[in-house]
Amino acid sequence: MLKYVAPSTVEEAVTILASASGAAKVLAGGTDLLVQMKSGRVAPEMIVDIKKISGISGIREVDGAFIIGAATPGAVIGECEALQKAWPGVVEGANLIGSTQVQGRASLAGNLCNASPAADSVPAMIAARTTCVIAGANGRREVPVESIPTGPGRTSLKPDEFIVEFHLPKRPPRSADAYLRFIPRTEMDIAVVGAGVNVSLDAGGICTDARVVLGAVAPTAILVPEAATALIGRKLDEMALAALDQAARRACKPIDDKRGTIEYRTKVAGVMARRAASVAFERAGAR
Amino acid sequence: MSKYHVTTIINGEPTEFLCEPQLTLLDVLRDELHLTGSKEGCGSGDCGACSVLVDGRLVCSCLMLAVEAEGHTIVTIEGLAHGNDLHPLQRKFLEHAALQCGFCTPGVLMAAKALLDRNPNPTEEETRYWLAGNLCRCTGYDKIIRAVLDAAAEMRGGHVPS
Ligand SMILES: Cc1cc2nc3c(=O)[nH]c(=O)nc-3n(C[C@H](O)[C@H](O)[C@H](O)COP(=O)(O)OP(=O)(O)OC[C@H]3O[C@@H](n4cnc5c(N)ncnc54)[C@H](O)[C@@H]3O)c2cc1C
Ligand code: FES
Ligand code: FES
Repeated sequence: MLKYVAPSTVEEAVTILASASGAAKVLAGGTDLLVQMKSGRVAPEMIVDIKKISGISGIREVDGAFIIGAATPGAVIGECEALQKAWPGVVEGANLIGSTQVQGRASLAGNLCNASPAADSVPAMIAARTTCVIAGANGRREVPVESIPTGPGRTSLKPDEFIVEFHLPKRPPRSADAYLRFIPRTEMDIAVVGAGVNVSLDAGGICTDARVVLGAVAPTAILVPEAATALIGRKLDEMALAALDQAARRACKPIDDKRGTIEYRTKVAGVMARRAASVAFERAGAR
Repeated sequence: MSKYHVTTIINGEPTEFLCEPQLTLLDVLRDELHLTGSKEGCGSGDCGACSVLVDGRLVCSCLMLAVEAEGHTIVTIEGLAHGNDLHPLQRKFLEHAALQCGFCTPGVLMAAKALLDRNPNPTEEETRYWLAGNLCRCTGYDKIIRAVLDAAAEMRGGHVPS
């Protein structure tokens, strides 16, 4: 028999999760969980709704860094001008999730912990060096976002753990990010390929730091260090773009499905990486 | 099965109900509270026929548990008109014949209301993107978009440039 609880503190939530006898599921926006419960794919005995925990929703800026509550809906993320200015790519990824209605509920933590390889907010979060604060029976720990998904539908979280908030670091000057996804239509579809690129430039427009992450081309979103190497120490010229394209294609281990063949996804990954890099460089150069 | 007691404000009225934890807000609106204007087209967040406002935000009531409504303010399609006075969006949908079977209409109207509440002067493109989560299988989208833009113009006190 299903039970529903809505704890009001992190500690209470951890105690409930740690003492749950059957399968307990954390509920944020419910836009994945409810769909999966209805289809019978998951059948929790207990739902732990985290949205009544104070501070679990909302965005704070602290000395140029940003703290985003785990259950903050996409619509709220999109309305935060300071975040949009500092991390346009992260906001882009979060806001690509679903329709206006889905944006009213869908959270970053839900997107990450649902662990779809095509999750739209994840590549940009990884590119941004986002960390998440996890609460559990043994206290709190902070880990990079990329350590959470371990494969389709699987995460590294223990049953007594959940994500409390995300941290986005303070940025050096002339830094910007971008996320682009390819879908066969313009709205309401799942990424065939997603690419998140985060760069910092020096005063002469030369790239001093880069992170390139691809989504939907492997069991989890993948950080591609070789693609970053292709950019660092260069301006975004034809040579850099060609090297980036090649590194991105080499990193792909995609599946064949109705959305795209292996060959197609691999080719598109190179294209999306180039385009996302162009947007990120342009934004960074304009700062 | 043990039931949960939920206290909400629906269409301005303090409303309490008892529900089982697996029921969605849409289930309770329709089957318990007999507010059958919100429709279930898919039950999976894809069609938008179940759209309602929760604390002013557009959501799919099929993807929200009824127990999650505790302490929140909800507006459904039944709250759009004031007595016999239709909301401008409703009047414009009739004038433009922006509905055929009408199944999608309550959800489209709630989504359009949420748009105009935020942006009284949306472009056609903004309107189309905003309404992308509302599927209509018979009218086609042109009349819907025209009705929304015309309602927006009327509410601003002006006219749509033709
Ligand atoms: C119509 C529709 C369109 C969609 N389109 C897209 C799309 O374009 N791109 C995309 O990426 N996704 C899409 N999605 C999927 C979904 O909306 C997103 O993955 C969303 O971000 C999930 O967030 P949520 O808060 O609703 O998660 P929930 O459904 O509440 O949770 C999802 C999973 O994460 C776990 N979880 C939630 N919060 C935490 C936490 N704080 N700590 C630990 N575990 C947690 C839950 O237990 C559950 O297993 C779509 C869904 C729908 C219904
Ligand atoms: S019934 Fe809720 S989106 Fe279709
Ligand atoms: S009028 Fe029939 S679905 Fe839109």
